[in-house]
Amino acid sequence: MRLRLEARSSPSRAMRYLSPLVAAALTVVAGFIVFSSMGRDPLAAFHAFFVQPVSSLNGFAELVLKASPLMLIATGLAIGYRANVWNIGAEGQLILGAIFGGGLALAFPGAESRWLLIPMVLAGAAGGLLWAAIPAFLRTRFNANEILVSLMLVYVATLLLSYLVHGPWRDPQGFNFPQSRMFADAALYPILLDITRLNAGFLVALGAVACGWLFIEKSFLGYQMRVAGLADAAARYAGFSAGRTVWIGMLAGGAAAGVAGVGEVAGPIGQLTSSISPGYGFAAIIVAFVGRLNPVGIVFASLLMSLLYLGGESAQMQLRLPSAITGLFQGMLLFFLLGADVLVHYRVRLLPRAPAPRDEAAA
Amino acid sequence: MGAESHAPRLALRGIRKVYPAVVANDGIDLAVMPGEIHAVLGENGAGKSTLMKIIYGVAKPDAGEIHWEGRRIEVASPKAARTLGIGMVFQHFSLFETLTVAENVALALPGERDLAALARRIEEVSARYGSPLDPHRLVHSLSVGERQRVEIVRCLLLQPRLLIMDEPTSVLTPQAVKKLFETLRQLAAEGCSILYISHKLDEIQALCHAATVLRAGRVTGTCDPRRETASSMARMMIGKDLPVCEHAEARADGEVRLQLDGLSLPSEDPFGTDLKDIRLRVHAGEIVGIAGVSGNGQQELLRALSGEVTLESAEAVALTGVAAGRLHPGRRRRIGLGFVPEERLGRGAVPTMTLSDNALLTAHRVVGMVRGGLVQHARVRAFALEAIDRFAVMCGGPEAEARSLSGGNLQKFIVGRELLQAPKVLVVSQPTWGVDVGASAFIRQALIDLRNASAAILVISEELDELFEICDRIAVMAKGRLSPAARTRDTNVEEIGVWMSGLWPGAVPEPGEAARAPAP
Repeated sequence: MRLRLEARSSPSRAMRYLSPLVAAALTVVAGFIVFSSMGRDPLAAFHAFFVQPVSSLNGFAELVLKASPLMLIATGLAIGYRANVWNIGAEGQLILGAIFGGGLALAFPGAESRWLLIPMVLAGAAGGLLWAAIPAFLRTRFNANEILVSLMLVYVATLLLSYLVHGPWRDPQGFNFPQSRMFADAALYPILLDITRLNAGFLVALGAVACGWLFIEKSFLGYQMRVAGLADAAARYAGFSAGRTVWIGMLAGGAAAGVAGVGEVAGPIGQLTSSISPGYGFAAIIVAFVGRLNPVGIVFASLLMSLLYLGGESAQMQLRLPSAITGLFQGMLLFFLLGADVLVHYRVRLLPRAPAPRDEAAA
Repeated sequence: MGAESHAPRLALRGIRKVYPAVVANDGIDLAVMPGEIHAVLGENGAGKSTLMKIIYGVAKPDAGEIHWEGRRIEVASPKAARTLGIGMVFQHFSLFETLTVAENVALALPGERDLAALARRIEEVSARYGSPLDPHRLVHSLSVGERQRVEIVRCLLLQPRLLIMDEPTSVLTPQAVKKLFETLRQLAAEGCSILYISHKLDEIQALCHAATVLRAGRVTGTCDPRRETASSMARMMIGKDLPVCEHAEARADGEVRLQLDGLSLPSEDPFGTDLKDIRLRVHAGEIVGIAGVSGNGQQELLRALSGEVTLESAEAVALTGVAAGRLHPGRRRRIGLGFVPEERLGRGAVPTMTLSDNALLTAHRVVGMVRGGLVQHARVRAFALEAIDRFAVMCGGPEAEARSLSGGNLQKFIVGRELLQAPKVLVVSQPTWGVDVGASAFIRQALIDLRNASAAILVISEELDELFEICDRIAVMAKGRLSPAARTRDTNVEEIGVWMSGLWPGAVPEPGEAARAPAP
């Protein structure tokens, strides 16, 4: 018996949109098995993982708080991904955004006006843009692979941040901890819900998602990017510039990640430290695909991904499971999604024996 | 032929093959006698290819029987077919360009170790059939006709008793076609049966002893083509008479709309063709055709014309008097260029987008389609609807995906999209390639109507009949050079055929190629 994948002539549209739900369901089932095999009561584990984190107002605020950078970055990435521009370095662009925006906050330690937030956000966007412009330039000028370049720049960004908080920007009163001074209150996003950490960064993210939706679905530029992603030769035939597609695709992700970086340091963290993101830039890649590269889908996917973060933390505390549980669930979700997508586009055929004729491909 | 000659070499009974969307073959009967050249005639989509795949073991029939020399058989795979003695020459060749002829042939003959002996056999067999091949030449240096001979010799070395030829003449010059026919007749005289797939009625009349006509997956007739007229066979093939285009003499006083002045371009592809010093003028109100066997620089010329590849010299391409050689496709379109490429899916249209979205692909300059950077979907939809209506596109409406359309209907949509923008210069590549007869006539008439409305049109096509039908002047491309354009009424198929081997009056001989015989 041999397995073979055969392309379906017309993949089901409904299943394309349902496959994230299928993937989520399979992740739950697989999680059930994981918990059971570790000797934990699966029901209690599920309660700790999926219910506990959102059973209070504070928990709910945390859910939205963590979903904000994810939806913001994923929307930016989706613009590029739809055009086959693969920006994998959002994590680094986020860090640069935090450095630029945070640097501005540190430059005005006595700020009293909330208006400082606007240049901070713009500076953050500029930082992300700058970091994304490097792979975009190398790709359009030298045809360097943007996946590799953008990914490698993540580590450069991490080291740059580390240098700053260990060196020039270290808080002199900070007991030698690798962190900057705290930002002035005026340089922090205002809190939306009292006693929670949910702040105006969420509104920024929602605004960006709306702009992303308008760009992708309604704008002519967004249309050109979609054509470039679906049929490269058709884009060239129509005269849509391939270089511009790469630039817009990279910069959209870079700007979004940079703004998300400001959201972290001007939000829950309140200063620059050597680690400002629990991998939002990478998790956003999963969010973008689970959300079908569609801004509306991305909002829901970011809430799901945020729940996995919170659930992972809760599982560490309540069940004393290792912190790797978050990554495990993220990985399972992506794995099942990709698997479901393969089955949406292909059917599995069991072949009895004997290799198929070589010439079949020519048919 | 001996005692077996009363039994057909191959007989099909009630062959049926159903694909998810279409019944490709429905109750097909077919019998080929030993030594017979049997035509399978039908339009694109009539089910010819499916039937051949079944005979050659590539596809399995859902119902029906295959009899080989009186025995019922199952053809499990192409290998099984070859073991039986069935050989097939495909429309698209499967040769490695960087290997020699002998090496290519050896790859198809498992167990063949002795290349020197094989080379001698290739020389022997090819000489016996009147078309000598040098087994040591690299395939990329061969003409298309020679490559086809490699494929045929590869089949002949297996001593087939049935040879399937799939549209073999679509890539050949008229002279090469004559040569091929001689080879096929000799083979048939030696007792080999030949299944000859084509939609070209004159060739079938000249070559074949019997014909089976298919339409929409069914047999609509069998005949002796030598006793039929072209129109009687056409009626069997398409169910009505062949449509003819109306064609008046071109106006001679039109301004020069497209001028190529010493266009040279080295190819990006190592096995592509370099364009050399191409000169051509196309006036308003005329259709100029470029004939030639594909692979002689047509692809490269089209990219240079559309702007998908830009040139160093701005003056090499002039559109309505504007030097456009360095302009990108969008800029050229703004000057008034329309372009219908050869590949419909993936270049002329995005397969998974709707017709409406595909209308936007090139028509976005039409007033009101894009306002403030946003797409005005209602306007785009209206434009798509107009293209669908005016050009009789059979589809599920403007929301249908491009890939859901048949080749002919998608081509009508693309031609419609370009024509509705009222181009001053229209460049069309292979306008009716793979398009059924009815849609072909419609497209040709649309081109002629556009010409009458004073557009300048350049048509690049492999179909000589088509060029002679619609063009006012015809030029020929060979080895990256372009011949002078001859007035259609002053030339004929034979002369154009000679030009296709690069031998037109005043042709510059290729340095170092003088010794090589011209590719037939």
